[in-house]
Amino acid sequence: MTSTEVIGWFADIGLDDRPHVGGKGGSLGELQRAGIAVPPGFVVKTGAFERFITNLEREFPVRSRIEALQPDALEEVKACCDEVRAKVEAATLPPDVLAEISAAHANLGASTVAVRSSATTEDAVDASFAGLQDTYLWVTNLQHVLDKVRSCWASLYSLESVTYRRRKGLPEAGVAMAVVVQKMVNARTAGVMFTRSPLTGDRSVIAIEGAWGLGSAVVGGEVTPDRWVVGKITGEISVREISDKHIQHLPASGGGIEDVPVAAEQRRAPCLSDAELQALRAIARKVERHYGRPQDIEWAVERDTNAILLLQSRPETVWSAKEASPVARAAADPLSHVMSIFGGQK
Amino acid sequence: MNTPVKTFPRPSSLKVVPGTESAQAAYPYTIQFGPGDDERFWFYNSMHFPEPMSAFDMVTAEAAYCALGSANTRVHCLPTTLGIDHRIINGRVYIGGNAVTDPAEIARRTGEFQKRAFYYYENWERLYDQWREKMLTLIRDSQALPKPELPEFEPLEHVHAGRGVAMNHYLLDTYQKTIEGYFRMWHHHFEFLLLGYGAYLTFFAFCKKAFPEITDQTIARMVAGIEAEIFRPDDELRRLARRAVELGVDAGFQEGVKADDIIRTLEQSGAAGQAWLKELATSRDPWFNINVGDGFYHYHRSWNDDLTMPFAGLPEYIRRVKAGESLARPVDKLQAERRQLIEDYRELLNTDEERAAYDQMIKLAHRVFPYVEGHKFYCEHWYTNLFFNKIREFGTLLASHGFFADTEDVFQLSHYELEMAIIDLMTSWSNGSAPRGPALWPRIVAERRAALVEWAKHDTPPALGPVPDVIDDPAIVMLWGITRESLNTWLSAGANEGDNNEVRGFAASSGVVEGRACIVKSVEEIARLRKGDILVCQITNPTWAPVFQKIAAAVSDIGGSMSHAAIVAREYGLPAVVGTGNATSRIKDGQMIRVDGGRGIVTILQ
Repeated sequence: MTSTEVIGWFADIGLDDRPHVGGKGGSLGELQRAGIAVPPGFVVKTGAFERFITNLEREFPVRSRIEALQPDALEEVKACCDEVRAKVEAATLPPDVLAEISAAHANLGASTVAVRSSATTEDAVDASFAGLQDTYLWVTNLQHVLDKVRSCWASLYSLESVTYRRRKGLPEAGVAMAVVVQKMVNARTAGVMFTRSPLTGDRSVIAIEGAWGLGSAVVGGEVTPDRWVVGKITGEISVREISDKHIQHLPASGGGIEDVPVAAEQRRAPCLSDAELQALRAIARKVERHYGRPQDIEWAVERDTNAILLLQSRPETVWSAKEASPVARAAADPLSHVMSIFGGQK
Repeated sequence: MNTPVKTFPRPSSLKVVPGTESAQAAYPYTIQFGPGDDERFWFYNSMHFPEPMSAFDMVTAEAAYCALGSANTRVHCLPTTLGIDHRIINGRVYIGGNAVTDPAEIARRTGEFQKRAFYYYENWERLYDQWREKMLTLIRDSQALPKPELPEFEPLEHVHAGRGVAMNHYLLDTYQKTIEGYFRMWHHHFEFLLLGYGAYLTFFAFCKKAFPEITDQTIARMVAGIEAEIFRPDDELRRLARRAVELGVDAGFQEGVKADDIIRTLEQSGAAGQAWLKELATSRDPWFNINVGDGFYHYHRSWNDDLTMPFAGLPEYIRRVKAGESLARPVDKLQAERRQLIEDYRELLNTDEERAAYDQMIKLAHRVFPYVEGHKFYCEHWYTNLFFNKIREFGTLLASHGFFADTEDVFQLSHYELEMAIIDLMTSWSNGSAPRGPALWPRIVAERRAALVEWAKHDTPPALGPVPDVIDDPAIVMLWGITRESLNTWLSAGANEGDNNEVRGFAASSGVVEGRACIVKSVEEIARLRKGDILVCQITNPTWAPVFQKIAAAVSDIGGSMSHAAIVAREYGLPAVVGTGNATSRIKDGQMIRVDGGRGIVTILQ
């Protein structure tokens, strides 16, 4: 299992490789390096996309067509995007790319995988257009994997993404997409956590949200998750909100996922034990320490083993972006601090 | 949502419960509500005085507020506040702060404050050592006071020694010294208190700002001492359990056997039994001088007065010793945990600038905290215990002369009236006629006892008068935790109180537990506690530690998150909600309840 220009195994990659493996792929590799359990997998690197697009352009020039578009000519842009996406999704893979992805998939040895786009762009707005939501769960065979890889690539040519690039006048030459392929976690419970309070920005707490089944139900807002606030240092559980979790996402028999009603006695039962909350806390601290800043994390608890795996970790952006003046400064006379209490300076 | 009305009932609208007017009149004129009081804001001090106060017990409010005010107004000159006024109606103590609002006056007082308070901070350790000596002297003086007695004739040796002052005079002498000592003790109590709390609160406020969701308990854990006096009584019990096993006398300590019976058995069990009793005597002086309450009521007796409480904990401790547990508090481990906690929060701060401020503040908090934690043992427990017991001796003497039926009746007289009764007895002894008191006091005592029972049945508003826009009085914020927000909560309460199954208080020790409520209103009832019960009581404090090992959680009517109960609960890792005001009346014995100690909420489940 060696990494190449086409394939990057998680063990071999990190954040520094983002230009080739994208944000999601780099983050998963980085987590594995930091000793955090993630579902095993590899990244179809941008090198694969480059070879693919070069190959495609021989018969169908993609980039020059896009660059020729006027962003305001909506009809024209849309027609072009539809056509490009259809081409991307239908085009055959160059033989070496096909061989490498097939071998890597076989090496991974997972009966089902998740295929997730991993954008290389640093531009958060663009990234959110360029297939941030493109995660294909419960993909059951190689042919489907290859289809989903192309679907992720095609998402680069969504109407929103292309319009955005044209408005900014960005060159198409640098546009590329990596794709993560990793073992599918059959999650008993899954969700997200923030290593600071989403409400107050407090860095001493971890906010955890979770629901039964796969995390897509939580991320997609289809279920009201259970919610906890756990002291990052103390482990104290200061908030427990157990909600009525009416549905869960479970693997469908023919691949993909489906909504399944939650059994009556499970609906109002907490989807995590206290021990699991503490385990998540330990993981959150480790990840945050590794990155040196607050994180926004997706996690899952595997159904059969109850093992906790991380699916993603990215820097928390909302509070980190806020300009914070220091809570207090050191004083020449340390005693003068008490005047904040006694001096009536409220 | 309704905008809360900005006012509580006026004091003048609060009526004395019919039939209790004369009991109300027993309280000094200085603390009856009167003209001008309607314009001020008052709140019910349910934290210190959760039950109607007997006429004598009001001496605690009088002495304490006199001393608190002196320290704030005249000694340390707090910039924004003078002292605290108190009033009483239907046995309930209301208090109101005296804020300083004129900026020029605040500036003038700030100058004085920094000359005075900062000197205390700078010389804290030396002054605190000196304080402890002063307190021990005061305690020794109190212990040296003679038992009030009136023999038929002056003892011959007094006559031969030419003492010249008759025995009856010493009743007055002892009584006045007793009262004087109590007022003096309260000055000692407040010598450091506000400054200590202020330094602690400075750090507390910093933490709340830097970590908005940090719990009060966590901050307390960063500051609390590991080897404070408050842990000593329980430590002594553990030591006694160990010694019982070592001496081979542990078999006598069985659940449900009375302390007196155990002691009698030990007295008759040879040298080993005697040796253990000697150990007991060592522990008792002074460490059993700890009240089963906060020391503000005469009926909060000490372990020394009633060994039921400490002995209730011994069987379980003995069982654990025999199971091989060391029982010693892991002091080094607790120290290391505290250091780690401080370091971990420090690391989470945003900048080195903030870390430097944090270091300065926690350093001062650590220096002042031994006083904040330690003073209560000397003041509210040891000294107060001596004080009430000395008054009890007068009660016994007066009862023996027919002033009333029972020793405890003495506490139905105010301390002014008690002096009159003592002079009545002195006079009658001197001139050979019958005292006048026996014809007067029994009826009054009965009337006042009935009033206390009646008053306890009536709820009293949490506050009175117009609500100030801001509560900027550091004393009130620090000692009672009262803020504008808490007043709003009070104002909007009441509306849905009837069907509410929640009881709220201070979050004292985190954790969520469900269990059967066991309402314990007096020490005699602690034997009813079963393993896993949730203790619901009026007050918990360190003296309850022995039973903390078998309960699942604790809920109390009074106490703050910095109260001893909270500290001990955290030490035992028990969820606790304190200062609920009325848990013992809202929750019924045997009900299933949920205690959320992290949020300060008790939910009645059935």
